[in-house]
Amino acid sequence: MVSPIIEIDGLSYTYPGAKKQSLSNVTLSIDKGAFVTLTGPSGCGKTTLCRCLNGLIPHFYGGKIKGDVVVSNLNVRDHAISELAQQVGFVFQNPENQLFALSVEREIVFGLENLALPPDEIRERLEWALKTIGIENLRERSPYEISGGQQQRVAIASVLAMKPEILILDEPTSSLDPLAAKNLFQVISKLNKTLGLTIILVEHRLDLLSTLTDRVIIMDGGILRIEGNPREVFSSKSVKLMGIGIPKIVRLYQELESQPEKLLFSIEDFVGYLKRI
Amino acid sequence: MIKVENVSFTYPSGVNALKNVSIEISNGEFVAIMGENGAGKTTLVKQFNGLLKPGEGDVYVDGRNTRDLSVAELSKDVGLVFQNADHQLFCETVEDEIAFGLRNFGFSNRVNKKRVKWALTLLNLQEYRKTSPFMLSGGERKRVALASVLAWKPRVTILDEPTVGQDQSQKERLLQFVRQLNTQGNTVILVTHDLEFVAECDPRVVLMSHGRIVADGPAKKILTNPKLIKKTSLILPQITQLFFRLADLGFPKDVISIYEAKELINDFVARRS
Repeated sequence: MVSPIIEIDGLSYTYPGAKKQSLSNVTLSIDKGAFVTLTGPSGCGKTTLCRCLNGLIPHFYGGKIKGDVVVSNLNVRDHAISELAQQVGFVFQNPENQLFALSVEREIVFGLENLALPPDEIRERLEWALKTIGIENLRERSPYEISGGQQQRVAIASVLAMKPEILILDEPTSSLDPLAAKNLFQVISKLNKTLGLTIILVEHRLDLLSTLTDRVIIMDGGILRIEGNPREVFSSKSVKLMGIGIPKIVRLYQELESQPEKLLFSIEDFVGYLKRI
Repeated sequence: MIKVENVSFTYPSGVNALKNVSIEISNGEFVAIMGENGAGKTTLVKQFNGLLKPGEGDVYVDGRNTRDLSVAELSKDVGLVFQNADHQLFCETVEDEIAFGLRNFGFSNRVNKKRVKWALTLLNLQEYRKTSPFMLSGGERKRVALASVLAWKPRVTILDEPTVGQDQSQKERLLQFVRQLNTQGNTVILVTHDLEFVAECDPRVVLMSHGRIVADGPAKKILTNPKLIKKTSLILPQITQLFFRLADLGFPKDVISIYEAKELINDFVARRS
């Protein structure tokens, strides 16, 4: 039995000065080691929910919060952002918002030095993070002269070096070209599979993700609408109505005149089906 | 309409962004300029409205050399909607933002009013008429930026990365709108690496890499060519990946759109059963 690493109970939240709730009565539990994809139309509350997981809400943003968020047995209300940051790593949409040091190496050790770790440990973690993400060749480079895909990897490495249990990535591929996006998803999937890191990925690009993730959560208007494994979620009729970017392969299946009963969910499924008939 | 002859361009920083580029775009064409980050796509389209002037070579808009014209003169024909709407927006209300360009081009007040109303309706922004653009969401700001360019009805509309940060329903609306613009006879140029979006609109694709044009042709030909795709950090559209795998069942490989895929598979299933 896998135990939950995140437990959210009856969470509602309103930003300061806002009239409307950004989150309404969200209850959710996420197992340790899960790869969760969080999606939904713009403004649905995805980013707000993520901010609740590392304590940016309520500690930084303020506002009105109701309900409980417990991450690695810590109630975020009672723990500082700096403390939560060791449990929950956060990678932003735009890596430039996150990178600031003069070299990739400096970028990665910054967080570790702030934790006042012994130098040996810092060196060890630096090497480990560079190697795990596959960016050893970038160590001397400036974060500003590398490509967007490489910048995102550096941002992930610098978060990974803190050895969090949970990695949250908020639309990390939105400014990347398709190949860089695909490669980044592979890196994230590897972290999930080999390190058992719990992943929460906010994304619109579901085409590339549907076969990597094991749970999809769709939000709309601050409410959790649908959740389940990708197969269940994408075969649900209401997903189509909500204007979610379901993978093209699934859309193709939905458009067929005579649909086989079982959802054709991947390229493999389609090839198998057409070869059988 | 637009003719680029042997253009090279180097930024003051020393980055050689365009290397001997030549291309012609005719009136009423629908073109997507694609390629990896830093390929020179944005630098190329900035030559079209004179924001940048060629280092070497010449750019002609309607037969006029861009060296002899100001950005203001060129913009009347060639409207550019920036990738980041915030680089473009600055007025206090959405309405003012849209009216600003019109006023600068010297349209009468009457025309001005009519065009603002038209653009607000077109992009579904009526309810935000009096709102500050900076109170709007990213997707909405992008629509304001687009409305403010379309209001003066340029003959060529360039959209730089219009789908970044847009969810699926906004993308579908954009797709519809871009098609409509093009069928009304306007030239539409998209700069994008959203290949699933391009696969649905099936335009002429100009593929760039490292400051050069490496391929130019119908989307169906270019996006299904694995060599070109690899060279430019793209990936094959998902539908194309499927049809590559179906080749030994007698399916064609050059399929990019869901619509075409659906017809082919329906036929196949009907024949088998």
